[in-house]
Amino acid sequence: MSTIEHTDVTRRDFIYIATGVVGAAGTALALWPFINQMNPDASVLALASVELDLAPIAEGQGITIKWRGNPVFVRHRTQAEIDAAKAVKTEELVDPLARNANVKESDPATDENRVVGGKEQYLIMMGVCTHLGCVPIGNDGDYAALVDNVKQGGWFCPCHGSHYDTAGRIRKGPAPQNLPVPVYSYLTDTKIKIG
Amino acid sequence: MSGHSNYQPTTRFGKWLHERLPIMELIQAQGMDFPTPRNLNYWWTFGGILATMLVVQILTGVVLAMHYTPHVDLAFNSVEHIMRDVNYGWLIRYMHANGASMFFIAVYIHIFRGMYYGSYKAPREVLWMIGVVIYLIMMATAFMGYVLPWGQMSFWGAKVITNLFSAIPFVGDAITTWLWGGFSIDNPTLNRFFSLHYLLPFVLAAAVGLHIWALHVPGNNNPTGISVKSSQDTLPFHPYYTMKDLFAIVAFLVFYMAWVFYSPNYLGHAINYDPANPLVTPAHIVPEWYYLPFYAILRAIPDKLGGVIAMFASILILFFLPWLDRSPLRSFKYRPLSRVFFWIFVVVCVILGFAGSGLPDNYFLSHHAAPADGGFHFTYKIVGQLATFWYFFHFLVIIPLVSKIERTEKAPASITEAVLAKAHDHAA
Ligand code: HEM
Ligand code: FES
Repeated sequence: MSTIEHTDVTRRDFIYIATGVVGAAGTALALWPFINQMNPDASVLALASVELDLAPIAEGQGITIKWRGNPVFVRHRTQAEIDAAKAVKTEELVDPLARNANVKESDPATDENRVVGGKEQYLIMMGVCTHLGCVPIGNDGDYAALVDNVKQGGWFCPCHGSHYDTAGRIRKGPAPQNLPVPVYSYLTDTKIKIG
Repeated sequence: MSGHSNYQPTTRFGKWLHERLPIMELIQAQGMDFPTPRNLNYWWTFGGILATMLVVQILTGVVLAMHYTPHVDLAFNSVEHIMRDVNYGWLIRYMHANGASMFFIAVYIHIFRGMYYGSYKAPREVLWMIGVVIYLIMMATAFMGYVLPWGQMSFWGAKVITNLFSAIPFVGDAITTWLWGGFSIDNPTLNRFFSLHYLLPFVLAAAVGLHIWALHVPGNNNPTGISVKSSQDTLPFHPYYTMKDLFAIVAFLVFYMAWVFYSPNYLGHAINYDPANPLVTPAHIVPEWYYLPFYAILRAIPDKLGGVIAMFASILILFFLPWLDRSPLRSFKYRPLSRVFFWIFVVVCVILGFAGSGLPDNYFLSHHAAPADGGFHFTYKIVGQLATFWYFFHFLVIIPLVSKIERTEKAPASITEAVLAKAHDHAA
């Protein structure tokens, strides 16, 4: 093979490969809008916060509100529930992390770290089981506080049997994590904004 | 592919078309003259039954889509509107809903048929693997279809199944958010599921085309598992098998219509006539019957990611079956030990189905909860775990081992010999 022919082949190879690369990159770029369109759109993201007045919620009462399509548990805990949650050592927990968007990611799952602003009577967290997303049932499960044989606080997920304690921490069953606490803040003494 | 035809266009138009698009030759060669083993039994009719059911699902589905509204506020009511107001809407919807179940009954029989007669073995590995792909597409299609009526089971089934992806490390949550188009199952989810539910059956039809192409290269397997040796071993597909298939299809349609007319809701869940409520999970959620064995496998593993991996692995393992079975013979007719384990496997799959149907901590086949005292109780969960173990043990240990060590029975020299021996037995 002569040198001239050889360089010719190499140049063709180069053009061939370069064209292929440009084509592949272009296709990948063109694909992205088609993939990304499935992500939450602007109207979904716009619904990202709700406000709530906690004053009407009596002690021992829990309500469920909807935020970004998901249930949020808002519970006014009794002293028995708070005491039960505080009595648990973090070493006993399945998931030792607080899972609270309002504290540091590495903070331990103490009862204090599961609420915001030291208002330990109000437990506010997602009502979405961290296993596969069912809504757990309140005042139920093996880790509720027992007062006169009545269960207070604690959650049980009927789908595959996960038990959460009175601070919403996973204690038993297939769920891997504590119920997450969403970003929220107190606007006044009793009014909160979630999101 | 067109080697089997002696097609000669007879009319002037026929000649004209043949020179431009030899489609009549293709039809005659592949759909009529195609040499087919003369000894196929009724288990071979399920391919035709499946093709029929695909057509039925597409026809009824297109009609439903004319009256259905994919919006969270309207979907449930539009299905009720189909049931009450649309002329024959109840019939079309019951045909579609029960048609999905019939489709799965047929596909399970079809798959077990392939397993029993060794149809997955060389030279039909690609045919078998396309079949597994078809099965996967079917599952995805039926899953998304079940979400459309937007009842409680629609919603929570979708939530639990899409949440499976959240088990994937690091990117799991991003994937579920992407699948949902939001932070939960909501209107964007319903919309895209409708779009894909409409699309996938046509992808399925294309995959069926490939499946048949891959079938027509080596030709059909047959109950003896012995390859075709001469033209004596075969019959033309038409009219011999067109008629046999047609008879089986009609019989199957009778069975299907018995469900549609006399028990249209038996295979469904009453709670799906409750509109979807994102704030309340029903006390007991279960998938449709055809997913139950896989649901049992999912629940058998106490770890979230582990359960998801086991569930997907239980289907993906089918892709490897052609290489797990190392026997020189195909058909289990002449493989006595494989035959025994085949039937054990079938029973285990049925047990898995039951294991997936109840609350994990209830006693198996009962509505009573076992006490949570840490002792051994014969619960749905335990049964599911034992059966899951056997499922994988069957593929990973029994098949490779048994296919290697078993003493096979003597197979006849040819299909014709097998057929004549049988005829002789009958005459005697
Ligand atoms: C592989 C074929 C198909 C399967 C296995 C399948 C399966 C299903 C299932 C299980 C449902 C839920 C039925 C119910 O409980 O109400 C459903 C609903 C629906 N399907 Fe399909 N489907 C198929 C093809 C199609 C096609 C091709 C279309 C449209 C062109 C379609 C349109 C619909 C519509 C509009 C609904 C909602 C109405 C209803 O729930 O009855 N389907 N499908
Ligand atoms: S979804 Fe709650 S235990 Fe599975």
